[in-house]
Amino acid sequence: MPELGRAALAACLGLALYALMAGAYGAKARRRRLARSAQNALLAAFGASLVAAAVLLAALLRKDFSFVYVADHTSLELPTPYKISAFWGGQEGSLLLWLLILTGFSAAAVALGHRSGADLLAWVVPVLGLVTTFFAFMLVAVSSPFATQPAPADGAGLNPSLQNPYMMIHPPFLYLGFVGLTIPFAFAMGALLARRTDELWIVATRRWTLFAWTALGIGQLLGAHWAYVEVGWGGYYAWDPVENAALMPWLAATAFLHSVMIQEKRGMLKVWNMLLVVLAFCLALFGTFLTRSGVVSSIHSFTQSPLGPWFLGFICLITAGSLALVISRLPLLRARTRLESLLSREATFLYNNLLLVALCLTILWGVAFPILSEAVRGEQITVSAPYYNFFLRIFGLPLLLLMGIGPLVAWRRASLRSLGRSFLWPMAIALGAGGLLLLLGAGSSWVGLVAYTFAAFVLGSIGYEFARGTRARRALAGGSWPAAFSELVARNRRRYGGYVVHAAIVLLAIGVTGSSAYDKVREQKLRPGQTMAIGDYRLTFRSLVQREGPNARELRALIDVRRDGRSLGTLQSGKNSYRAENQVSNEVGIRSDPFTGEDLFVIADQINGNGSVDFKVLVKPLVNLIWLSGVLFLAGSLVALWPSAAEQRRLAARYRELRALARA
Amino acid sequence: MTTFALAVGALLAVACALYVALPFLREPAPRSDRLDEPDAPERRRLELAEERDRALAALKELEFDHRTGKVSDDDYRELVGPLRRQAAEALRALDPRAEAQEGEKRVRAAG
Repeated sequence: MPELGRAALAACLGLALYALMAGAYGAKARRRRLARSAQNALLAAFGASLVAAAVLLAALLRKDFSFVYVADHTSLELPTPYKISAFWGGQEGSLLLWLLILTGFSAAAVALGHRSGADLLAWVVPVLGLVTTFFAFMLVAVSSPFATQPAPADGAGLNPSLQNPYMMIHPPFLYLGFVGLTIPFAFAMGALLARRTDELWIVATRRWTLFAWTALGIGQLLGAHWAYVEVGWGGYYAWDPVENAALMPWLAATAFLHSVMIQEKRGMLKVWNMLLVVLAFCLALFGTFLTRSGVVSSIHSFTQSPLGPWFLGFICLITAGSLALVISRLPLLRARTRLESLLSREATFLYNNLLLVALCLTILWGVAFPILSEAVRGEQITVSAPYYNFFLRIFGLPLLLLMGIGPLVAWRRASLRSLGRSFLWPMAIALGAGGLLLLLGAGSSWVGLVAYTFAAFVLGSIGYEFARGTRARRALAGGSWPAAFSELVARNRRRYGGYVVHAAIVLLAIGVTGSSAYDKVREQKLRPGQTMAIGDYRLTFRSLVQREGPNARELRALIDVRRDGRSLGTLQSGKNSYRAENQVSNEVGIRSDPFTGEDLFVIADQINGNGSVDFKVLVKPLVNLIWLSGVLFLAGSLVALWPSAAEQRRLAARYRELRALARA
Repeated sequence: MTTFALAVGALLAVACALYVALPFLREPAPRSDRLDEPDAPERRRLELAEERDRALAALKELEFDHRTGKVSDDDYRELVGPLRRQAAEALRALDPRAEAQEGEKRVRAAG
């Protein structure tokens, strides 16, 4: 069967190359059938990559160790769910997943793109063809998942840290996000090539961008939770280069989602929006390069591979090509309107954009600096957490505040009097919350106090917006309060879905602040029967137990937990020794408090021969709000993503009317 | 297994080739093979339609923000005039045959 996989990949490469070349010629020479044939080639490329993916999946499930990839990433003992996740657990398989999602999205974009102009779609296809050609070429010529060997008796197994349920969904979500950013990029470049700089490409890609952004956000949160429960160091985000690689395109896409609204409402920032789309896509490629090139050492990266120079070359080509295209189309992108006031909704969006891009570029510099220093001076200078934390405070706190200010300010311009009236309630809530927190002792961290006060302001402003919007809708249409509320949201899903996402980001900020600025850590060696205290908790190490799991020997320390004299149950923390992989992993014990959102986190750092254990125990206040924010984030995104029939009707009416005018 | 794989591979290649050639097979000699794209006047009309829709949407939003209290009476009076003019101008430019009064009527209905 590897021959079928190789043939399918070769077919995919040929089809993508055809989509690129025939598509570009068809669009340039305005040949309808050729352009349509190129679109069909992209659709067929999806079919070919599906066949290749099916071959690899079948080999993984059949434990066919004659495939080098299967032997390197699975074993006879590996549970079936992890045989499936081994698909993206290695370099070649994850690259195939990239290609599968890319061709799938490209096919969907082509199928749905017929609603947009044929001339725009004709130019989108070669751009998608170019990106697909690159990834298909990598799989055919540089890093094939279908390399074969004489089958060994057993495989090497899967890295133990990847044997976690989160690995079933975290990487696919990240890929949906990374690859999803290709579609807005292709439409933006297609619009420039077709000289269609009107609203069409934005309308065609709005949901794609939102979808990719949501998937990338959820993927990162899932990854953070995986790191929290699996990696066993007590944190969820370590400013690791590969973690940052996913954060950067998300920040750029966040900036784009905001600034594109200014283009829709005011016809401004056309060049800026193009640049943000290019930045988001290039950062997605850069992230893939970081993970695959071996230039950075990270728990998340694959081993050294020959892919690095190819990716670097492709990133340079895409960056230079798209910037040249934007520059060549500058006259078409000139705005007719100008910013009327620095006190307006669009101005707050602009400030938000500047802060987001500044944060993104600061992180980029932190990621790139060690690579550059090694390339130039031969020594790698690491940029560590304090650098990132400093800039997160510098840019993140004003961003948090702007999330509260933005919804209160009107478009175009706002007078100080109306601002004063709008700000009154949210400001009162914020100051009240800040004062209360100060009395409760939150002043031990000024960053925490400021963040919480800002968070209260944002939640106050969001609540106020919902309240006065519902009141106005009820005054207009009558009916009950719930009916007025649902009517309000249904009439402007993007705005109110966006507010729910803002509330999610506030929850995230509260969780991150609480668990980092107010956490407690204690390390202590305990013998069986001994007790240690941390905060209000008392932990008694009862005993060590050993058991056999499906593919690992599990050693656990049993710890009885009490708080204020009341038993909270027993936690288990220890290590797994994986037989096939010959590796040991940390397995932490976590007790979550559903009412306060606090976690007691126990790491059995070292299990000694004499039966004693070196424990590291952390108390992380409000950390569960981070995971809860994911649910709210998804809910808000779905509200914003839900298609609006009114908008579809408006656009359909516009194009119908223009066609009628053209015939007249 | 190799023969089966090769047969499936060959089938896949033929299916792909046929699908890619489909537009030419379906229409071997079409009356026109030209890809539609808007000409300069159509692009201008599109721009005007966007301006009109933008102004009408802004008027609706301004009206709602005024009702919620986000926009004060003074701000509303100051903003509504230019927006109405902008929408009316776009309407007139888009449809020169239409009576100016008709344009004004649509603008008033939106605002």
